[in-house]
Amino acid sequence: MTSHSSPPKIVLVGNPNVGKSVLFNVLTGSYTTVSNYPGTSVEVASGRCRIGGRAYEVLDTPGMYSLMPITEEERVARKILLTERPDVLLHVVDARNIERMLPMTLQLIEARQPVILVVNILDEAERLGMTFDLPRLAQNLGIPVVGAVMKRRQGLEELQQAITGFTSAPRALEVYANDLEADIRRLAEMLKADYPLGARATAILLMQRDQEVETLVRAEEGEGFPLIAPVLHDIKFNRRADLNLLISLERKRLTRKMLEGAFQQRDADHLMFSERLSRWAMNPFSGVPLLVLVLYFGLYQFVGNFGAGTLVDFLEGVLFENYINPAVVGFFNRITDIYWLRELLVGEYGLWTLGIRYAVALILPIVGTFFLVFSLLEDTGYFPRLAMLVDRLFKQIGLSGRAVIPIVLGFGCDTMATMVTRTLESARERIIATLLLALAIPCSAQLGVILGLLAVYPGALVVWMLVMVAVFLLIGYLSARVLPGENPVFYMEIPPLRLPQARNVLVKTLTRMQSYFLEILPLFLVASVILWAGKMSGILDLVVKGMTPLVRALGLPGEATAAFIFGFFRRDFGAAGLYDLQNRGLLSPVQLTVAAVTLTLFVPCIAQFLMMKKERGLRTSLGIFVFVSVLAFSVGWGLNRLLLLTGVLA
Amino acid sequence: MEKLSAQAEEILETLWIATVEEHQAGYPLTDLDAGAEDAALQELIRRAYVETRSGRIYLRKEGRPEAAMTVRRHRLAERLMMDILDIQGEKGNDQACEFEHLLHEGVDRKICTLLNHPATCPHGKPIPPGPCCEEARRQGTAGVVPLTEVRAGQAGEIAYLAISDGQKMQKMMSMGVLPGNRLELIQRFPSYVFKVGNSQFAVDDVLAREIHIRDER
Repeated sequence: MTSHSSPPKIVLVGNPNVGKSVLFNVLTGSYTTVSNYPGTSVEVASGRCRIGGRAYEVLDTPGMYSLMPITEEERVARKILLTERPDVLLHVVDARNIERMLPMTLQLIEARQPVILVVNILDEAERLGMTFDLPRLAQNLGIPVVGAVMKRRQGLEELQQAITGFTSAPRALEVYANDLEADIRRLAEMLKADYPLGARATAILLMQRDQEVETLVRAEEGEGFPLIAPVLHDIKFNRRADLNLLISLERKRLTRKMLEGAFQQRDADHLMFSERLSRWAMNPFSGVPLLVLVLYFGLYQFVGNFGAGTLVDFLEGVLFENYINPAVVGFFNRITDIYWLRELLVGEYGLWTLGIRYAVALILPIVGTFFLVFSLLEDTGYFPRLAMLVDRLFKQIGLSGRAVIPIVLGFGCDTMATMVTRTLESARERIIATLLLALAIPCSAQLGVILGLLAVYPGALVVWMLVMVAVFLLIGYLSARVLPGENPVFYMEIPPLRLPQARNVLVKTLTRMQSYFLEILPLFLVASVILWAGKMSGILDLVVKGMTPLVRALGLPGEATAAFIFGFFRRDFGAAGLYDLQNRGLLSPVQLTVAAVTLTLFVPCIAQFLMMKKERGLRTSLGIFVFVSVLAFSVGWGLNRLLLLTGVLA
Repeated sequence: MEKLSAQAEEILETLWIATVEEHQAGYPLTDLDAGAEDAALQELIRRAYVETRSGRIYLRKEGRPEAAMTVRRHRLAERLMMDILDIQGEKGNDQACEFEHLLHEGVDRKICTLLNHPATCPHGKPIPPGPCCEEARRQGTAGVVPLTEVRAGQAGEIAYLAISDGQKMQKMMSMGVLPGNRLELIQRFPSYVFKVGNSQFAVDDVLAREIHIRDER
């Protein structure tokens, strides 16, 4: 192993869903930080570990299928390979799919990476009737191979030994079919610079029209590039029809050769329980009821009742109301008697009262419980099944099944969901998803308050839900017709259903809560300062007065105006404002329903707006802002008329 | 036996259409491009494929199989030109006329299999079935079909991918959806779910139409 002043680096790569993060956690213990890769929304985990008295730095990468990146995740994973120059590269594969994943091992060997192959999930593969001769495979490949069941720490010691004993010995490369090999060599010999992936792999990626690699080669070769270009163009043209297919088939052939004598498959024909459960989840007749159950127990009972009910009651009603608030308010009142300062700190819209208390006592428990459910579902592999269930419906609103993930996340936090829309493939899909999130998807904080608000009148709850679903589908349908471009194509791997690991779920939940909290708390504080300034200067009163006629037009009392203004600072502030009005008995069921509908549809909170601007640009986000505002009040106005006319909820 | 000349093939074709498809009794010699002394006509008479009586030319029983195959090659060529190569209209017709004479020695069989044993030409006329079609019918195979034609629970080898978007094609390939691999269709609705190796994938009908399976039925 080469000596560095910094500790040697271990980098984990592999397909999604092969147990990379489990291996990462097993290796690093609790010394983990998860952060977004610079300039992207892709999460990369890094940590440290000690093996045999030596410190290592460990990097987990997003799932990748091949060295040729297509998605943003794959691009980040490859960038890490290109820039980090790992000392040991662990290629983690799922033993059950070894035939499909080994081509990437071949690619990594080809790219002169210091690879150790980790054949994970051996237990389940053996249950499927597969048998392995891993020493034989190691011999065939010429690299260390370790078999493992990482969730039970099986194979950890062998892996640690393989890491400490790793020597980056040069390996003979298997060759491709003659004519293809000749082209690769011809191009590779022309590459003079030192490439992180080696000349050979770089040449192949060049032939496959990898733009990033071409830019890199152009820069590295400088004046030599004009000599390379004609050869490259010549090869690209001659092989325009089937290069990628040919390379894939060649790698498949090599994979078979590598696996000869190292792997056997007996037929195991009975369906395991997890497979039967998976089919139920994907069959629309059982899958839709299952979805309803998941929504009812996960979202309504756990997040709504437990998170927004029990937990909030305890934190806000008991802890803050009885113990913390009096102490804090008393403390500040003792140290200052300047009116404006008191107001700023502990007044009606003060930093403490509106900022910290709301963030900690109201939002955190709701968002926390939501993220727990979300991470739990994510780790079972439920979302891809949901995506394939809704794809046909989502096509009608211009989205593919993939978009189900940002939309579901939107029920937790629309701001985060808006950020995640960048994983969608086309600009058209991203705009539609952003619009729908801003319009018809209430975040968990808002949802919690609204469900609590409407629970008193079940009829109101039903009307509210129907209107939301109708607006979601109608606006989606119309925007899919209006926006130019083609409908997206849907394809997704369906990973096996599995039992989530408690530790993984907790780490994910805490990471999400942490980033949410760090991102949102400052905005809470800004919001309370703005509101405080508005109140002290009288501007708030003016804005409220200005908007009051609009609110009255919806048939609502003028007092409800404040709720709408607050709605912009935090959607749930608005809903909570309605809560106060209802407690004071100022709202009839019809008014309550109209207010809840308008408020849910009404403009996104300030954080979501800022995120929209960052992701979609100022023009698009302003357009969405205006559209959503006009639509919210129009729907509210129409609904009020309709309800009064028909006498429903009267 | 030596190959028939292109002109002789044209005559057989005309006769097949007139007698078998339009139920005429023979075909007036005068309407034929070639005269009575033409070499191509003599060639056919020598082989006893046709006979001439009182100014009309008749297709004999011995000539029927050859005539059927000639028509078949012509219409397969039309299918190939218009469906696969996208050469339409008069130009497609002309190209097909020249191309058909090249479809010998098993080439017609390969093209027929590639086109999945089509029953009619682009103009809606029947294509006489060849041995390969009979064979496929006897075995009950539908040949190479898009995934949308496969029933849930059936399996087959992936024959080829006709995915127009290069990136998606590559993605499918890197996920193991490769020609030669065995694919089992699990579910058709609301999305297509299939299994390759021990992995499962979901695709919509756009992609399903582009994945072609050699049916094992």
